[in-house]
Amino acid sequence: MSHGLAIRLRGVVKRFGEITAVAGLDLDVPEGTCVGLLGPNGAGKTTTMKMLTAQAIADEGELEVLGHVLPGDSKAARAQCGVVPQLDNLDVTLTTEQNLLVFAHLYRIARAERRAAIDWALDLANLRDRRDTRVDKLSGGMRRRLLIARALVHRPRLLLLDEPTVGLDPQVRQELWALIDNLRSEGTSILMSTHYIEEAQRLADTVTIMSHGSAVAVGPPAELVAKHAGAEAVEVYGPPARLTEVEGVARAQGLRTRRTGTSIAVLGNGHGLDGERRPANLEDVFVLLTGEEIA
Amino acid sequence: MNGRLERSALSGVLVREVVNFSSFWKSTTFSSTVQPTIYLVAFGFGFGSLVSQVAGYDYVDFVATGTVATGVLFSSVFPAMFGTFVKYQFQRTYDAILAAPVDVEELVTAETLWIAARSGLYGSVPLIVGMVFGLDPAWGMLTVPFIGFLAGFGWGSCGILIAAIVKSIDGFSYVSSALLTPLFLVAGTFFPLTSLPHWAQVLGNFNPLFHCVQLVRHASFGWQGWSDIGHLAVIIGFGLVMWRLAIVFLQRRLID
Repeated sequence: MSHGLAIRLRGVVKRFGEITAVAGLDLDVPEGTCVGLLGPNGAGKTTTMKMLTAQAIADEGELEVLGHVLPGDSKAARAQCGVVPQLDNLDVTLTTEQNLLVFAHLYRIARAERRAAIDWALDLANLRDRRDTRVDKLSGGMRRRLLIARALVHRPRLLLLDEPTVGLDPQVRQELWALIDNLRSEGTSILMSTHYIEEAQRLADTVTIMSHGSAVAVGPPAELVAKHAGAEAVEVYGPPARLTEVEGVARAQGLRTRRTGTSIAVLGNGHGLDGERRPANLEDVFVLLTGEEIA
Repeated sequence: MNGRLERSALSGVLVREVVNFSSFWKSTTFSSTVQPTIYLVAFGFGFGSLVSQVAGYDYVDFVATGTVATGVLFSSVFPAMFGTFVKYQFQRTYDAILAAPVDVEELVTAETLWIAARSGLYGSVPLIVGMVFGLDPAWGMLTVPFIGFLAGFGWGSCGILIAAIVKSIDGFSYVSSALLTPLFLVAGTFFPLTSLPHWAQVLGNFNPLFHCVQLVRHASFGWQGWSDIGHLAVIIGFGLVMWRLAIVFLQRRLID
């Protein structure tokens, strides 16, 4: 692989009947980096993830994973990938260890190395003392860790994470972030789809923001913020009527605004506005680029 | 995207099935043993008190061998239907397996082989139960697990095909009442086809289960030469067609 990319997509299109889920997507994941795929629900993230394992076949465009051209060479690519799905699909009547054993077979780990690979994955997920526990007796956080361990048992070069921390409490989420960050520092390439801005900001070297099936912005989180949202924003709180008024004033000054639900954020320095000053962030970029309306 | 079947992919899927089976083999073994026993007792004593001989066989012998096919059907088509549906719809197991280096063709083949092996084993239970009720052992009966395996391969594939086609799990009610029940009754299991109207006899010849019943009876009471080759050919042909169809339809269902 000469270009040093773990994933390379060019002009990828995927249609479901009348609906175009992915519309000309370009995406690069340089080897050894973590790329966050950020976008609102329905932006095409999950479809993109499915195409990377050939569980959805693109209608147009080029897809390359670890140097293998999809869908033709997908099996060779899949052998070197680990996938953490959004929905927990562990075998719940099996033990932690049995789940790992099954995947050690599915990912063709040689007999002599199987034992060590399973022990390694148990340690990684901090589940060694739960090896004989049935999955339906594990806590939600443990199940997520097992799901990640299962994806890593064969030491993949590329890890695909689909909304890895959705529905988890903050402690568990931080624990998983540490785990993912550690993998990245050891050289595993990671593509992570998420709609948690904070997750992308903390873990991703570069972020691709998707909207309506294509990339609308690509870059390191800090650069995207500087480029699209500027240095700071003023957050004004108040009753809805007040927010509408502030919105009008700011727009009259040529400033960009976005609603946050309880406040209105005015990007730029917002002279004379009575509110809280704060640095601009990735969420500002996200909402500005993907729109405020919920599809 | 059908390629060749890789041994390591097949064994990976098989390992998953075998390890899972270790957590529910007791209930499966219980039902596979108790069900044919009930049929044998109910039909054997029920009808057996009215008729002693059917188509030249003692009725207990007739039912014991017929129930083998029932056992094969129940341990193949139903587990395949429900297992497949639950694995792709509710447990999302197939998402995980297909993300690994396993293709749909390998997935279907390995799961069907496993169902076939179970059918060969559980399908033979009625013979053993029958022996308790007076069925005489015969050397030919040693081929029954293999007949059960081949028939189970076809019916297992058929179950996967059904699961790949139905829109929801409720669809299974139509399939089992309108398709599987008549197939299971009009197969010469509990009464010979010759007692049916001519048109039903002709239809019965298209029932793969009928050929399984015939083959098991001949294995137990004496081979019938070419006609048994014919029965075997039908069972194998049915298996091959169902296997390929199951792959095509499950591929359509699982790969967007």
